[in-house]
Amino acid sequence: MKPEPNDVILHTVTKLAAVIIFTFSIDLFWAGHHFPGGGFIGGLTTAAGIVLLYLSFDIERIQTNLPVDYKKMAALGVLISVATGMGGMIYGDNFLEQAFGYFDLPVFGETELATAVLFDVGVAFAVIGTAITIITSISEDEL
Amino acid sequence: MNNLLIWPVILPLIAGLLFILVPKNIRLQRTLSVVVLAVIAGISITIMNQISTNGIQTLQLGGWQAPYGIGLVADMLSMLLVLTTSIVAFCCVIFSFRTIGKEREKYYYYPLFLFLITGVNGSFMTGDLFNLYVFFEVLLVASYALISLGGKKVQLRETMKYVIINILSSAFFLVGIAYLYSVTGTLNLAHISVRIAEAGQDGFITTVAILFLIVFGIKAGLFLFYWLPGSYSAPPAAVSALFSALLTKVGIYAIIRMFTLVFYHEPQITHLFIGILAALTMILGGIGAIAYWDINKILTYNVIIGAGFILAGIAAFTTSGALGSIYYLIHDMIIKALIFLIGGVVVYLTGTTNLKEMSGLIRNHPYLGWMFFIASLSLIGIPPLGGFLGKVFVTRGTFEAGYFWLGLIGLLTSLMILYSVMKIFMNAFWGETVLSEEEEKGTTKGVILPIALLTLLTIALGLGPEFINSYVEIAVEGLMNPQTYIDAVFAENEIP
Repeated sequence: MKPEPNDVILHTVTKLAAVIIFTFSIDLFWAGHHFPGGGFIGGLTTAAGIVLLYLSFDIERIQTNLPVDYKKMAALGVLISVATGMGGMIYGDNFLEQAFGYFDLPVFGETELATAVLFDVGVAFAVIGTAITIITSISEDEL
Repeated sequence: MNNLLIWPVILPLIAGLLFILVPKNIRLQRTLSVVVLAVIAGISITIMNQISTNGIQTLQLGGWQAPYGIGLVADMLSMLLVLTTSIVAFCCVIFSFRTIGKEREKYYYYPLFLFLITGVNGSFMTGDLFNLYVFFEVLLVASYALISLGGKKVQLRETMKYVIINILSSAFFLVGIAYLYSVTGTLNLAHISVRIAEAGQDGFITTVAILFLIVFGIKAGLFLFYWLPGSYSAPPAAVSALFSALLTKVGIYAIIRMFTLVFYHEPQITHLFIGILAALTMILGGIGAIAYWDINKILTYNVIIGAGFILAGIAAFTTSGALGSIYYLIHDMIIKALIFLIGGVVVYLTGTTNLKEMSGLIRNHPYLGWMFFIASLSLIGIPPLGGFLGKVFVTRGTFEAGYFWLGLIGLLTSLMILYSVMKIFMNAFWGETVLSEEEEKGTTKGVILPIALLTLLTIALGLGPEFINSYVEIAVEGLMNPQTYIDAVFAENEIP
């Protein structure tokens, strides 16, 4: 029988840190609309958080708790971005033309909504999917 | 602004992404791939007609005007190549239904195939130097996966070589872009052209031009082709047909574009250099094609000869030379796909690539044999088949430019091609029939259709050139007058 691994500190810290990393990545994602940040960086930090979870727990446990097929996630992300680009074409504008406007929303008050955010969501999905796919397929490699 | 231009680039991308979401549904993937490629062919014909009535079409992505935005530019040359690409890919994808195997189909064969087409079409249509690099990478990454898909030992070995040489040349590509940007301060091809025309092409820019020539030369299989015969004969026939028909041609297209639009001021240096490279390529490729007894090796060396010959017309830099180059480029894409598919069938039937171990296939497969014969004649340039016009105009172009040696080498290598393909015909198809139909390792069922389609195309290209002649002439006009391209990109905007 294998001895019980001594990783209580690692697990506890990871659980705390993962929450902070995910929150920070969402903050980076939103900041990207006007300031440094955006879908790419937000996606990468999210991927970093997931990789930290993979490292400190085992792959099976994370897969059962986060049942996501990252290859499909990457494909879906690029599809969202391309579809956002095509949105402009419906209104007779160029491909990738973006639109934004100010709306009065019930809780948030006056808010700026932009199609570029949807594009960024696609980018974030693509980045998370690709990064995790690469890292897990390297880790599965047995020499 | 013409939104039709984006479809040849994003349609295969969207289809490929959808396939990743439904990896198990092979039938859907097969049907949709065929449909997508046919639709792209239709769209490119539409755009070609728009170009011939309204001039070069452009699309500035996101509405940002040139030179600040990144745009797609469809001139006649690009669209002819996009059309040929989709036809060739159409035939290759039908061919792969029967030959590629369940395993590869399950591991994202069709998505990778379509991503490759995205990259190829994007490279043909982009009007931005950096995006040319990006689309090159798209098609290269797809080709890395396609060449290694299946994981046989020889595939992995050749993939290593292929990846290393291409990463190296991509790095040089980036260095070249950086130099050019530091000199001109722009990445828009038309804008670079304007800036260089204003400032004059000095020694530094000519050096950068040579750097670009080396980069694209590696991709095109020009002179520095030592990796090519191994890499292109490793993957299955459908993939190697696609590679030899399309990938080297993207490099050739890039050379044609850069050296007619941007670096056209010092032809006595740059274009002579292209001519010397083309001559060396043809001679070495010819020697390779004659020397080997391996059918795949002979065919891949023919790819190299073709690359050399197309660039001989560009080296001449005359109207007939360019006309010949475009004709031969279109012909070469079709014919290389054709002979690789036939070669693939021969290998499937006999189970070997060694010509000495096969014989007399024509008794059981007369259609295949005679189609190979037609393809060989077309490859050599016998009238009235597809290769004839290209050969005539390229040779005339080189003579007009005074490069008699280049034209003669081109004709001489035709004899080498004749010898090499006749060697295949005499050994594989002619002679005593050693394999009865029962002993054959594969069948020709379901693979004859794409081969017949390509054979018909090469005959049609020879018999009825007037159908595409008007288009090709517009393409040549565009190549010889870069100003039309520049005017189309900037429209009425002021050039900063």
